[in-house]
Amino acid sequence: MAQKKVYALPNLTTPNTNVIFHPEVCNGCNHCVEVCQVDVYIPNPEKGKPPVILHPDECWYCGCCVNDCPRPGSISFNWPVQQRGYWKDKATGKVLRDSQT
Amino acid sequence: MTRWHDFLEKDGKAPSWPYPIHYDQEQEINTDVLIIGGGIAGCWAAISAARKGVRVALVEKGDVQRSGAGGPGCDHWCNVPANPLANVDPDEWAVAMSEHPYCNGIGNQIQCREDWDALVEMEQMGGKIRDTKDEYVGVEGRDEKTKIMISPRYTRNIGFGGDAAIRRHFKSNPEDKLNNMTIRIWGSTFKPILKKECKRLGVQIFDRVMVTNLLTEKGVQGGRVIGATGLNGRTGEFMIFKSKAAVVATAGDWSLFMLNTELAGYNTFRSRTMTGDGNAMAWRAGAALTLMERTGILGLGTGYKHTWYGGAGDASYENVPLVDANGKKLPWPTQGWADGGAMRPTQADMEKIINGVKTGEYALPFYGDFPAMSEKERRATWDLMLGEESTCKIITDTYEKAGFNPAKHLLQNYSFIEGNSPSQWRNAGGGGPVVDWDLKTTLDGLYVAGENMYAAGDHSYAAATGRYAGRKAADFSRQVGEVKPSKDQVSLEKARIYAPIKRTAGIDWKELHAGIARAMQYFCSEYKTEDLMKMGLDALKEIEEVHVPRLYALDPHKLMRSIEDLSLLTHGQIIINASLARRASSMMLNHFRVDYPKVDPPEWKKFVTVKLENGKVQAGELPLTYWGDMKASYEAHNKDYSGIYQGK
Repeated sequence: MAQKKVYALPNLTTPNTNVIFHPEVCNGCNHCVEVCQVDVYIPNPEKGKPPVILHPDECWYCGCCVNDCPRPGSISFNWPVQQRGYWKDKATGKVLRDSQT
Repeated sequence: MTRWHDFLEKDGKAPSWPYPIHYDQEQEINTDVLIIGGGIAGCWAAISAARKGVRVALVEKGDVQRSGAGGPGCDHWCNVPANPLANVDPDEWAVAMSEHPYCNGIGNQIQCREDWDALVEMEQMGGKIRDTKDEYVGVEGRDEKTKIMISPRYTRNIGFGGDAAIRRHFKSNPEDKLNNMTIRIWGSTFKPILKKECKRLGVQIFDRVMVTNLLTEKGVQGGRVIGATGLNGRTGEFMIFKSKAAVVATAGDWSLFMLNTELAGYNTFRSRTMTGDGNAMAWRAGAALTLMERTGILGLGTGYKHTWYGGAGDASYENVPLVDANGKKLPWPTQGWADGGAMRPTQADMEKIINGVKTGEYALPFYGDFPAMSEKERRATWDLMLGEESTCKIITDTYEKAGFNPAKHLLQNYSFIEGNSPSQWRNAGGGGPVVDWDLKTTLDGLYVAGENMYAAGDHSYAAATGRYAGRKAADFSRQVGEVKPSKDQVSLEKARIYAPIKRTAGIDWKELHAGIARAMQYFCSEYKTEDLMKMGLDALKEIEEVHVPRLYALDPHKLMRSIEDLSLLTHGQIIINASLARRASSMMLNHFRVDYPKVDPPEWKKFVTVKLENGKVQAGELPLTYWGDMKASYEAHNKDYSGIYQGK
């Protein structure tokens, strides 16, 4: 296993990755930074790259960053495990859950 | 690299603050009408004032594009009796709405008379209010001629409890036709349109700026409001707004009694930015506030939902039948045409359900039976009602991406299994400044709109009252001259705002917020007594004197959050003072005094008011219908109302 420098970090806030950016689609336009009403994000120091999630603990899950993204597919919501919803197939009775990662 | 610690691991350091830092720098803005809060009410206030030809500044903590509870969207335009399909007279509907004790009859009358005009103006601006693409032909409630889609809500009665199913007779509807009082709308299109219109009209928009306090003539408490101070949450710049009139269009305060960011989505109907700033600044300026003792229970959201939209059936899942885990239909209303849009079972049905759960007759969990619906109605509910409502779009999209198909799948409901939040977790959005028929507060130059006027928080109410307050404030601004702010008031505020950045250690905003919340839980929640509440005031005083001077902030964002804490602290003090002043218990206000156990005694059926006078709390009262004859008063105050906007 490659050695990686280990830093002394505090525990991460929970949740800490409320969205997942897809850098192959996102062009770093920062529209999501602007529509977010609580400033969850800041622009990436490197132009053209997806924003940085700075205040994930303040997210209220309104979804505007994803809904209003001018390049759909750049961001996906990553709901905390404890929030994820359940449903059931009416025909088979099988209980299902959002297992997206 | 999108996470903060990625940068640490890659570069060995945190990213730099991305915005310029302007601590201690001042920007002065001169305007006629200052709008505080850029949500639905604030945007409509800005637009209507600007259409009157005055200069308008709109100040918003987030970005007006999507900010506020109504920013993401809205599915219902409620209580719209002036719409062409309605069958009850607006004045009769307003009076009926106002039978509800401790409502705001002035706001109700304005909503009933003017929210259809607001909706038509929204359409003029480009908002979608009809099924113009014929996507929902054949859905019940859709009118072929106008393409307006009526919702089952309020079609038989007012309210959404169990009695919504009971037909109420209205004089103006002699044949008891459906009331047709709520319209299904495409509200996710609205907020960006409002911002665009503000810009087009030349409204000066200040995004990312928190208004921290009001400025009064000569800096005196109780004096005319002549502007406000603000803080930019990205740059730390200090703003001085000089205005002739101001409209407070902020919201309530849903986290005064609880801070827990780890319970993500514990209440995602409102964001943390709603911290009672409007009430706090109006109080400090000397305005009388009422119903501040009213608190609600903080909804505990689990599953993908915000407060109201549990699995299925809690609300806005119109026409969805609820079944138990074995597919047995529950006596739970479907919020549909059959039950007049009732969201909750009658008390008798609820008892049946609870007993059924306990005896095993009804197996948990419950489900929303979407597949049982007709294809058309299912699409109207899933795509339109849920797709357009507030924060629901991301929820339905998530379900679909994860494989949920409403034609095949039952959606889980969380009633009973998620539990209830403790009584100590409350929301504090129930009160606000006393208003008159101009939506003016007891202070000259200060107006209120939307939820902040001790009122319902619904979208059309916010729009109609915002639109009304904006034109009244514009009229007032033409009658008065500019006044220079007091230098002392400005410099005191500046010192208050910047104190946390002058320290490098102490406590951060989250610790302070949680400390304030704990004091509120202990001393002003389920069991209220005079002694407990006085302990509460002492506890908040101790926080103010000992812990506020320890607050420190590392950047402008955390500074803004810290100043929001100071709003929360003031809000808590107002609530405790108001709770002390109401020496009676009240079911409607969720206010129970151990030392005054009689519930809603007739002599206490009145508004209790509180205000600061020379720094001392003064309590007062107003009759429950202090607004007088609603129709006559409205007409007397709106002789010049020109209806739907005809200008460019």
